[in-house]
Amino acid sequence: MFSSEVIQMLIKGIGETLYMTLASTLFGYLFGLPMGILLTISDRDGIRPNSILYKILDVIANIVRSVPFLILLIVLIPFTRLIVGKSYGSTATIVPLVVAAVPYIARMVESSLREVDAGVIEAARSMGASTFTIVTKVLLVEARTSLIVGVTITLGTILGYSAMAGTVGGGGLGDIAIRYGYYRYEVGIMAVTVVLLILLVQIFQTIGMKLSVRLDKRK
Amino acid sequence: MAQIEVRHLSKTFTSKDAQVNALKDINLEIEQGDIYGIIGMSGAGKSTLVRCLNYLEKPTHGEVWVDGRDLGGMTEKELLRQRKDIAMIFQHFNLLMQKNVVDNVSFPLLIQGVKKKEARKKARELLGIVGLEEKELAYPAQLSGGQKQRVAIARALASEPRILLCDEATSALDPQTTASILELLKDINTQFGITIVIITHQMSVIRKICSHVAIMSQGEIKESGLVNEIFSHPKTREARELILKDIDGEGAVHLAKPQDRLMEAKKIRIVFSENSSFEPVIANMVLKTGRPVNILKADTKNVGGIAKGEMILGLPEDRKLQQEIEDYIRARGLEIEEVTGDV
Ligand SMILES: Nc1ncnc2c1ncn2[C@@H]1O[C@H](COP(=O)(O)OP(=O)(O)OP(=O)(O)O)[C@@H](O)[C@H]1O
Ligand SMILES: [Mg+2]
Repeated sequence: MFSSEVIQMLIKGIGETLYMTLASTLFGYLFGLPMGILLTISDRDGIRPNSILYKILDVIANIVRSVPFLILLIVLIPFTRLIVGKSYGSTATIVPLVVAAVPYIARMVESSLREVDAGVIEAARSMGASTFTIVTKVLLVEARTSLIVGVTITLGTILGYSAMAGTVGGGGLGDIAIRYGYYRYEVGIMAVTVVLLILLVQIFQTIGMKLSVRLDKRK
Repeated sequence: MAQIEVRHLSKTFTSKDAQVNALKDINLEIEQGDIYGIIGMSGAGKSTLVRCLNYLEKPTHGEVWVDGRDLGGMTEKELLRQRKDIAMIFQHFNLLMQKNVVDNVSFPLLIQGVKKKEARKKARELLGIVGLEEKELAYPAQLSGGQKQRVAIARALASEPRILLCDEATSALDPQTTASILELLKDINTQFGITIVIITHQMSVIRKICSHVAIMSQGEIKESGLVNEIFSHPKTREARELILKDIDGEGAVHLAKPQDRLMEAKKIRIVFSENSSFEPVIANMVLKTGRPVNILKADTKNVGGIAKGEMILGLPEDRKLQQEIEDYIRARGLEIEEVTGDV
């Protein structure tokens, strides 16, 4: 049905999409996980209440999350150029993806950590555990199932964003869909890219859920 | 100096629209090796008090001295180290759900920087003490309530504490399991000399293992002292209510019908101690005076290892007869106390 050229292109698209999604998620967690932890512990009923810190992080998270991704993509062009050296292509797309993902991830992490039973935290405190120990040995361990579900959802969301970035020259499957489907009316290719995107989300979802269930010792 | 000394302790919770005086001028002395019960209704401030003993809750006023050191004067670091000496167990066990039993018990040791292998070894020994060696690889979700509390006790013992605080540690357990956990706590107390502070709203827990008791109500300690003394001579209304409620619990006997009670002119409480309850005093007395008395409540039980019993009698209206009955009972070496109000 497709020429080997098209198939080559689709494979490259899949590669780029995976590259953008995984790298952005990784960098997103690099910043988003600490931010989520800080949000959790600095909150009024956290283990280290600090209303100023909480308010600052809270406002940042809300502002960034309320800016539409396409706007963020454009606003960040100078910043992206500064870091990557150019403003198009899949590596360049990672920068705005990370910026968008960080507050989103921080919120996911915050809500996962909030699920941890206050009694278990109290028990750790009664043993003389420091804040750092409580975070690393209690919060992150007890919430791991929920954190993995969070990673799964994040992967799906970033994949969608990367496709959106592709439409403005970011590479990946989204790029192919817009170039062939929208500009050249090759509906077949567009349909295939969409199906591939759905499949990727499905695969992430399945792996993530399996993993989180396997690691959950609560039943 | 007592091992735990609480001086003029107050705690006020302030929220946006309300202030709660959870603790009001609490004074308490707990000696090394005591099993000290703190009992009171829900909301009396028991949990707040016990959380002040390891400074999980900072008092608004007053001091807490443990082993001669003022917790309020400690730096954060010193306080974390001090908590190693004051272990705690909870109503809902509060185990790490994602860690297996042996790792849960190792946890306090890891916090102190003990090597993982060494911590596991010690944890296995402790599991032996609480009778759960074979469950070391199970996860908390696979254990019963009583087993979970045993794991929590093993975990509490890991840091070799000098004090064990128990906040409603048996409230989520059935009576049989409660008894076995109390037994274990008592063993720990005698075997390791660990001072135990037990928070409870069940008088039966106090009766079974405590040497001392403090009765709390609305943020205050109403009465405190030896369990034996408070059971036989409760001074305050709160103490009497708790003891009467306890009689209403397991093993209680109600003999008189409610309408009969109204007719009684006088009610007395007789306290049996040591072996006096083996003699059929009441029966003999009735035979001697030829007048029946109404047994309103009767109960004998094991208090702190001594057979104790109490009975509440409704006496006939005749003054002379009342005197005769009281004299007879006193002559048998029993203590009498007049009971007022509804029993
Ligand atoms: N963190 C808090 N903020 C505000 N009020 C609190 C807080 N903790 C406790 N209180 C209040 O302090 C009072 C005493 O509570 P506490 O938990 O010590 O009672 P308790 O005797 O342990 O009761 P229970 O038997 O129900 O556990 C209650 O009125 C409670 O509402
Ligand atoms: Mg309580």
